[in-house]
Amino acid sequence: MNAETLELARLQFALTAGAHFLFVALTLGLATIVACIQTRATFSRSEVHARMTRFWGQLYVINYAVGIVTGLVMEFQFGMSWSGLTHFAGNVFGASLAMETLVAFFIESTFLGLWIFGWHRLNRWAHLALIWIVTLTAYASAYWILVSNGFLQNPVGYRVDGDTLVLTDLGALLTNHSTILPFWHILGGALVTASFFMAGISAFHLFRRTPEQEFFRRSLRIGVATSLPALMFTASVGGFQFGPTGESQPMKIAAYTRDHAEMDRLQAEMVAQFGPGDYLPPVAWVQGGAITMLGVFGLMLMLSGASFLLMWFRPVVLRFRLWHLLLIAAIPMPFIAMIAGWVFREMGRQPWVVTGLLRVEDAVSPVSSGAMLASLITFSVLFGVLILVNYWLLARQAARGPDEVALGRPEAETRPEPAPTATF
Amino acid sequence: MEIIAIAALGFFAVGYFILGGADIGVGMLLPFLGRDAAERRVGIAAIAPFFLGNEVWLVATAGILIGGFPILEGALLSSLFPVFVALLAGWVIRDMGLWLRGRETGRVWWALCDGAIVGGSWTIALSWGWTFAGLLAGITDRPVAGAGAMLAAVGIAALFALHGLAFAALRLAGTQRERARRLSGESGEVRTFVLTSAAMTVAVLAVGWRLPLAESAADAATLAFLVPVLLVLTPLLVGAQAWVWWLFRHRVDRPSYL
Repeated sequence: MNAETLELARLQFALTAGAHFLFVALTLGLATIVACIQTRATFSRSEVHARMTRFWGQLYVINYAVGIVTGLVMEFQFGMSWSGLTHFAGNVFGASLAMETLVAFFIESTFLGLWIFGWHRLNRWAHLALIWIVTLTAYASAYWILVSNGFLQNPVGYRVDGDTLVLTDLGALLTNHSTILPFWHILGGALVTASFFMAGISAFHLFRRTPEQEFFRRSLRIGVATSLPALMFTASVGGFQFGPTGESQPMKIAAYTRDHAEMDRLQAEMVAQFGPGDYLPPVAWVQGGAITMLGVFGLMLMLSGASFLLMWFRPVVLRFRLWHLLLIAAIPMPFIAMIAGWVFREMGRQPWVVTGLLRVEDAVSPVSSGAMLASLITFSVLFGVLILVNYWLLARQAARGPDEVALGRPEAETRPEPAPTATF
Repeated sequence: MEIIAIAALGFFAVGYFILGGADIGVGMLLPFLGRDAAERRVGIAAIAPFFLGNEVWLVATAGILIGGFPILEGALLSSLFPVFVALLAGWVIRDMGLWLRGRETGRVWWALCDGAIVGGSWTIALSWGWTFAGLLAGITDRPVAGAGAMLAAVGIAALFALHGLAFAALRLAGTQRERARRLSGESGEVRTFVLTSAAMTVAVLAVGWRLPLAESAADAATLAFLVPVLLVLTPLLVGAQAWVWWLFRHRVDRPSYL
């Protein structure tokens, strides 16, 4: 094992996964809200909701880009950079990744294309079904990834056979508490992310007094009305995790509470069990991540609670410009909380890649540090540029207003139906 | 169980190289198919509804590889590390060009995105060529080098381009169709596409033949979970994609959302 390769591979995976998580958090939440709005539009034939579906759907589709490509790169990184992990735990860990690609990724991408390009070509009920399939497969994707990740946090349903693991209890793997609770926590967090995004962008238009007052008044109310219950739900499920995590990963909780006596005790216990080594996670990161997440949650709850009261008064929604500014400024907050929570979860697992079974240093591929560095630079530059371009496009599209949306533009406006000539 | 897992792996791999290979080929030849920004946008419309659904065949292939053949997956991807870095970089760049091109207007933006699509597509095709060159020679522990390997890589990339051209002839209309048709001569567009698809299939199966798949299948308990899921799911996945192909079967002569 090459120490430099290890550090570079860790940094690369952290950057890829972090970028992925930032974008899929919004995708997951926004898909849900867009699906709900489209349901309303389809049932009531409401014009304003149909326009909302297109406007928020357009932002959802732009945001999708980074999530897809970082996800692709991550899927390959397991084999490229962490062949020790696929060698050791592939029988268990690989199965859920395979399920993610087949049950979720494949269907999600196929139907997303249908939803984008099938506007006005498909019956509106079929088109509505598509966005729900895309949303539900996005949830399925989150679930299967958390089966993989949950196994790394709290391995269950396996037996050690030589130098590999063997799957013994599928049910235990699929109902791991390290999978189920985080799944709900992340769904809630994604909804918080999307609702703050929606409220903030709506507030921006109301602040600027753009002509679409009715459109953005309603959008702002949807955002605010979603954010408060979503926050409460997320925080509750998050709270439920502390107990079980304390049992399966006591070191993570000890690092979070900076309980040095407990950390020393666990360190001694692990030295006795696994031999000499440093079994402490980076305490500052673990604690910093948790405290940031909780602090930002507190701020969000105050803003969301106050907004929930204010949103019932139409003149306030239209004219209270200081509130508008606060909502705009709050758009990044859920992203900060999500990333901080992720740092808490993943840093708290160190030095293990599979808790108690495989150390990170034993999982890295036998790749030269030069190759790993070249890869790290390539993807950091690519994703860095991509993230900037994507946020720039999102901001420009968000500022433009509902009439300038290409997604779902009626074909009659730009393009008559092409004559059905040859087929294949 | 191993046999079914190997067959599924082959099925999804062949699916990717026929379907995904076609849109990669169109991307490679975009400057030829479209002489100006507007024409290039029509060229993109020929693959727009499909490319996302096409590339997930590779995602599924990689998924089956990691789930059904985890040790081989790790060994292969880490040994061919630089090749896959190039492949993924090309893939990311091409997807971004496709996905974001229509979101802004302006010559510079379009030129950048077209460049990303063309450059990314060539990078992907050459990376596959590089991969195939080594695997066909039976070398799985390092990226191959040398003149022979380069020639093979370029040959595979050329196959992608031809396949894309054959596909474009089926999808485009008017002068753009005529440009793409030159390959076929008098022999018919469908026949050309069938031929390039067959060539792709042969190349993929030959690579699969050289890999030690049967020896490196996952544990029986894992396969007992994965294989039934594969058997149930595959017809559904194919059905969903068939719906997409049916819905967008008409030739394109104007731009779409991308």
